[in-house]
Amino acid sequence: MALSVSVTAMQEKQYTPSLLSFFIYNPTFGPREGEEEKKILFYHPSDIEKNEKIRNVGLCEAIVQFTRTFCPTKPAKSLHTQKNRQFFFEPEDNFWIVMVVRNPMIEKPNKDGKPPTIEYQEEEILDTVYGAVVRQCYSMYKLFNGTFGRAMEAGGVELLTQKLEKFFYRYLQTLHLQSCDLLDVFGGISFFPLDKMTYLKIQSFVNRVEESLSLIKYTAFLYNDQLIWSGLEQDDMRILYKYLTTSLFPRHSEPELAGRDSPLRPEVAGNLLHYGRFLTGPTNLKDPEAKFRFPKIFVTAEDGYEELHLIVYKAMSAAACFMISASVELTRDFCEQLDGLVGPQLTLLASDICEQFTINRRISGPEKEPQFKFIYFNHMNLAEKSTIHMRKTASVCLTSVHPDLMKILGDINCDFARVDEDEEIIVKAMTDYWVVGKKSDQRELYVILNQKNANLIEVNEEVKRLCATQFNNIFFLD
Amino acid sequence: MTEPPQQHYLELSENPVQFEHASSVNNVFFDEANKQVFAVRSGGATGVVVKGPDDKSSVAFRMDDKGEVKCIKFSIGNKILAVQRTSKSVVFPDKRSLKLLKNQSINVNWYQYCPETAVILLSTTVQGNILQPFAFRNGTMSKMSKFEIELPVIPKPAKLSLSERDIAMATIYGQLYVMYLKHHSRTANSPSAEVVLYHLPREGACKKSHVLKLNTTGKFALNIVDNLVVVHHQSSQTSLIFDINLKEPDCAVNTHQPVLPARSIHPYRMPLAGPAVVPSQPPVPCQLYSSSWSVFQPDIIISASEGYLWYLQVKLHPTVNLLQDKGKLMDFLLRRRDCKMVILSVCSQILEGGVKGSLPVVATVFDKLNQVYKEYLEAEQSYTVAMESGPSRGSAAQKRPVRTQAVIDQSDMYTHVLSSFTERKEVSHKFVIAVLMEYIRSLNQHQITVQHYLYELVIKTLVQHNLFYMLHQFLQYHVLSDSKPLACLLLSLESTYPPAHQLSLDMLKRLSTANDEIVEVLLSKQQVLGALRFIRSVGGHDNVSARKFLDAARQTGDQMLFYTVFRSFQQRNQRLRGSPAFNPGENKPRIWFIFQMKPTIGGLKI
Repeated sequence: MALSVSVTAMQEKQYTPSLLSFFIYNPTFGPREGEEEKKILFYHPSDIEKNEKIRNVGLCEAIVQFTRTFCPTKPAKSLHTQKNRQFFFEPEDNFWIVMVVRNPMIEKPNKDGKPPTIEYQEEEILDTVYGAVVRQCYSMYKLFNGTFGRAMEAGGVELLTQKLEKFFYRYLQTLHLQSCDLLDVFGGISFFPLDKMTYLKIQSFVNRVEESLSLIKYTAFLYNDQLIWSGLEQDDMRILYKYLTTSLFPRHSEPELAGRDSPLRPEVAGNLLHYGRFLTGPTNLKDPEAKFRFPKIFVTAEDGYEELHLIVYKAMSAAACFMISASVELTRDFCEQLDGLVGPQLTLLASDICEQFTINRRISGPEKEPQFKFIYFNHMNLAEKSTIHMRKTASVCLTSVHPDLMKILGDINCDFARVDEDEEIIVKAMTDYWVVGKKSDQRELYVILNQKNANLIEVNEEVKRLCATQFNNIFFLD
Repeated sequence: MTEPPQQHYLELSENPVQFEHASSVNNVFFDEANKQVFAVRSGGATGVVVKGPDDKSSVAFRMDDKGEVKCIKFSIGNKILAVQRTSKSVVFPDKRSLKLLKNQSINVNWYQYCPETAVILLSTTVQGNILQPFAFRNGTMSKMSKFEIELPVIPKPAKLSLSERDIAMATIYGQLYVMYLKHHSRTANSPSAEVVLYHLPREGACKKSHVLKLNTTGKFALNIVDNLVVVHHQSSQTSLIFDINLKEPDCAVNTHQPVLPARSIHPYRMPLAGPAVVPSQPPVPCQLYSSSWSVFQPDIIISASEGYLWYLQVKLHPTVNLLQDKGKLMDFLLRRRDCKMVILSVCSQILEGGVKGSLPVVATVFDKLNQVYKEYLEAEQSYTVAMESGPSRGSAAQKRPVRTQAVIDQSDMYTHVLSSFTERKEVSHKFVIAVLMEYIRSLNQHQITVQHYLYELVIKTLVQHNLFYMLHQFLQYHVLSDSKPLACLLLSLESTYPPAHQLSLDMLKRLSTANDEIVEVLLSKQQVLGALRFIRSVGGHDNVSARKFLDAARQTGDQMLFYTVFRSFQQRNQRLRGSPAFNPGENKPRIWFIFQMKPTIGGLKI
């Protein structure tokens, strides 16, 4: 994994947090001495010597076991050491996921050819952030594979290790620990702002498609990588949304960015010209060799979980996810039918939404665009909004503020998590920024103000103003 | 469900005007203006019986037999009787003087008179196809612009080629039309007959406006019923109907095909007439399309030989199964007089189906209904505005818009279609929700304010199927518009779906008229400080009763909180009245808002 290094004027080298190791084990699989290796289901990096793997797993096991004696229901979640931090997570009974993150550090050069001094910044990373990252890893595995228990039932340890290997080998490469922050704690969903009429049109579209292609069980609708409609339950949508916006969409964004060169379909007899295409499944329906295989996902159902084909179909900036029971085999015929039905409608809808969005923007005017840097999150509907984060790309999630400030946001969030009451915290950062955190019922708002000469009262007034303009249609106590 | 083999969409009126049938001693006349039938026995010597459209207008009298009567009529109100016995004289039995008001000299082949619009049409020229209309109004006669009827063949040498029988005048959708029955002609390359409509406006030139394709040949007769052109075809004993306002997408402009397949008039049975009638005797079937029938405008059919005058009527129910295109069916039904219940039953029928792909049809039907509904609401509103702004100067006084049966409002839909539809067990909830959302979409698209009970229906359906996340999303996008009742309904859902609490508070906040309710909700949750902060933020702190805050604070058992609240109100009193003491009036008994918030939906068990 690439290390992020930044060099300051003093020739100091700053290293961001990075992934040291990631492993999954089950202590019940090798309880006897000499069989310890059997406990290990997955270990990254894989080229580590066997005995070291066993030692590391054993250490984790011991820590968890030891801390259990103090609080049997809440075993240790993390272990802080000078060089690194370990995170423990037991998603299913006796299955443990451990992630070891190296602390950020500063390398200071020494004179006279002495080796440089290394300063570990032990307190710079937040348990909440990386704890959330570990949980997300598991959720993502579960989305595509179902639970660990399911693999065990289907094919024992052998199948489970295969699945873990296959999934995490690729997934870990996409973890960007240096840019994890408060948003990972929230794991929220960004909703696309839309007027009622256009929203109803989308409803109408979804209902019609589900009615004429009755195989479709659930539909989700997104525009500009933001959610508009989910037929899935909230928790399933949360992780699917994460997958779509951080993995699938960025991989397919190139043709659209290229603008005019996007593959406009040639006019087929009787067919409307449309921009619809499959993001999962066949890339070209015309190809006689095309395979009609779609990724399968697992979502919660009344009786445990259900397995579904995930069809993601996109036209311009509008994306529709159609989910169909995995027990059905999807054919060319079905895909052509879907393409013919959805393509033209979705193209039309996409341009409608775009037009409506532009009109609304013009009405509200540029002055209503926030000059504030803020993060908003609502635990009730998982709605998140950030003016701090740039558009997510496949490789990295960019923020427009210094990591120190992001750390303060994370700290405030931890404070909020401790109590149930509404709270407000105002912090003056070292860098002359003001950071304000507000919690009202299930909502949290974090504002960063760059007014170095402002006093507490002015900052308070400023935040009030922000609430009045940005959040006037919700009950958010001042 | 088995359908009857023949769906008769035309019928003869149940209460016909009965008169003594025509015979060698009894002559029968019909006056189109007063719609009166005259039965003249023996030239009037043994009696003249006049029957009008209703029983009250029956008149019987005698007059001397002065020869064969050619024509007999009353003036309006039965004041003057006119009898024509020779081709050049008219006798008024009551002697009065007549005055020549105006005189026009034209060679006339024949004439037609339309009493409804008081327009007379004269056939002129040798071929007879140049028609000259005159309009009578307020005792004056004005010449309208003449026009030519296009003949299928120009005869050589010229001779009278346009018969009086092939021309009729009638008002359709409030406009006067001259209808020309254009027979097929082998020489003119027209394979079948058609009816050509010429629009005759009050001012301006008469123009050929519509062509009705009959797709057959033979003897025809025309009626107008409920703004439909009915064409009777004698040899096949069937009738066709045309709606000139129905757009035909696959036809050239203003060329119309029959709306429905040809059907005969519904069989009619006549009770045996005459004094010797035995009550138990069964009625005998009437011969329809008989050659002794005479057809008059707009909707009258007379059988002189049997002594009956009927009004022709359109039955809408049978049309439902004859017109497969539901959009077209709605266009047709919405223009008919007694359409409401039929339209509502069509709506129920479409929803019943469970036919794949019926949602787009549902959407089309809703859009058509709401278009008419919206036009009515707009007319009503502009009338109200006009009334409020006082009598208008210059412009004509506005008439209150008439609410026709075609105006199907939300309460009609709710009562007759949607409420029973949502109760049906065999319909999937997915379809129920899709239909409700489609109706709400259509109302919104037509800028009609959606009634609260429709939202309740949506919420009820979602709650019954535990689809809270869907409900949440609808509220998030304000698809279910804010209202106090809706906010209260959400509060009542809190125990099953905790986020409903937040949704409800947000809604109350947006309403901006529900600050008291917000305070009560917060106090009921023991969020005393929150309530206090809220009431301050909206500037209501000065007028609020301290009592309920103090009560709520005491109930928390938190002494520090109670003290804080108490001090806060003391400070307020000090600021307002110069003393920290409370007014005695502030000890009013408290009415808990929460008691008023019981769910308002009938049958909703949560």
